[in-house]
Amino acid sequence: MIDRTQEPFIRIRGLHKRLGWQEILRGIDLDVWRGETLCIIGPSGEGKTVTMKHVIGLMQPDAGIIRVDGIQVNGLRERELAPVRQRVSMLFQNAALFDSLTVERNVAFPLLEAGLRDKKEIKERVRDALEVVGLSKHGDKLPVNLSGGMRKRAGIARAIVTRAQCILYDEPTSSLDPVVSDVIDTVILRLQERHGITSLVVTHDMKSLFKIADRIAMLKDGLLRFLGTKEELRASEDPVVQDFINGRAEVDF
Amino acid sequence: MHTVTEVIRIPGRAFLHFISYMGQIAFLVRDLMIAFTNHVWRLNLVAQQIVSIGYGSQAVVIVTGAFTGAVFTFQTYAKFKDFGVESSVGAIVSVALCRELGPVLAGLMVGGRVGAAMAADIGTMKVTEQVDALRVMGVHPVDYLVLPRFIAMMISMPMLVAESISFGLLASYLVAVYGYGIPAPWFLSHMVDHTNQWDIVIGMIKGFVFGIIITLVACHQGLRAENGAVGVGIGTTRAVVISSLVMLIANFFLSILLNYIWPLGNNV
Repeated sequence: MIDRTQEPFIRIRGLHKRLGWQEILRGIDLDVWRGETLCIIGPSGEGKTVTMKHVIGLMQPDAGIIRVDGIQVNGLRERELAPVRQRVSMLFQNAALFDSLTVERNVAFPLLEAGLRDKKEIKERVRDALEVVGLSKHGDKLPVNLSGGMRKRAGIARAIVTRAQCILYDEPTSSLDPVVSDVIDTVILRLQERHGITSLVVTHDMKSLFKIADRIAMLKDGLLRFLGTKEELRASEDPVVQDFINGRAEVDF
Repeated sequence: MHTVTEVIRIPGRAFLHFISYMGQIAFLVRDLMIAFTNHVWRLNLVAQQIVSIGYGSQAVVIVTGAFTGAVFTFQTYAKFKDFGVESSVGAIVSVALCRELGPVLAGLMVGGRVGAAMAADIGTMKVTEQVDALRVMGVHPVDYLVLPRFIAMMISMPMLVAESISFGLLASYLVAVYGYGIPAPWFLSHMVDHTNQWDIVIGMIKGFVFGIIITLVACHQGLRAENGAVGVGIGTTRAVVISSLVMLIANFFLSILLNYIWPLGNNV
């Protein structure tokens, strides 16, 4: 259920970022409403992940404002970001599971670090999170023994176990087979429907995009090229947008 | 004109790199101090690191200490024999092992083994986004990755130095007494007479300082690793090279300072 009555959960205004000599973002304005799934698309290297990393304070902008659930993220020091990171969690492109910990211990990690000491509650919450992503039988495995799709699902379990209000997904279905991709999409949809989780998803997977997105933002040349619903995206007359979603390239050999 | 510019630019750039590096180390020390004041020790991680650093370095430190003591005795005996003071070999070997050879060689060996491992472990976590994952979960990387290694190193390093010295002295005794036939009481009495507790304290202090150097340099290289496996490799190499050089330079100044406080030669 998307809630447009309150301030957007994520509000980005005038986001500028330069990495080295390259100006990645040149003034992005974006809102993500509570309970909404917003997908960011665009060619590689256009700043999709960079935008996402600003939301959770992994990067600081050169200019602009980022607010998450009313908290201004930019300008906060690393140790001051805890309130934001209690509300928002993130699935990394390669899941970023800790190699030395089993799946169960990876999923329990954020609970233990948040100071939860009740072993029974930790066990229950880990079990629930693994159940949501269909990994109940693989809790005792090390990440190295998991397939790509299982690693992604374990990453999602770790992201949802803290009951964060918002999850950022960085290419959740990249390098996965179509069936596993569909499982991941279903998990994202289920989290939105059952728990009202706000999602910001960076993706190149058009099938996934049309399944999970409420709205879509396209970045091109450091600017927002398109922002709208799936229907508006399909109906867009912008040739850059159409070329991108249909996978067309103008290449002279 | 161009050459003059280059002459200024090259050392200038090196100087700026040095200042930048020292600044980064200073920030790491600041974060480490904050981590200390938070009183979250993660004792299980500290214990794991003590096993990895302390227990895992046993063979390296024992072999280094023993063979250093043995070869030093072998070389010293040959010269001391010319002066008819071969029974004093124990004294010179003992003082040299306690004050210099024990801590420096143990430091270099542990720096090579543990420093490389620290830089590679943390560097791999950095380039696979595991460090960012820690941050996203509200865990400061210095609290979780650096502090336990730092504490473990503080505990382990003086012990490893003591172990290195002990095995060096044992090897020296075996070579002198059983190899060259120096009477054991002579060897031991000279060794004990010319070695006092401050020689041992100096070795421990140096081990402690070298532990700090290894941890700071290695963790810093790990935390700034980028560009995948190549970056981790570069960081690991740099960790060993920089920590070794800094230890050798620091040892010189530490020797002067500690010798000023506890002068050599006031043992009898």
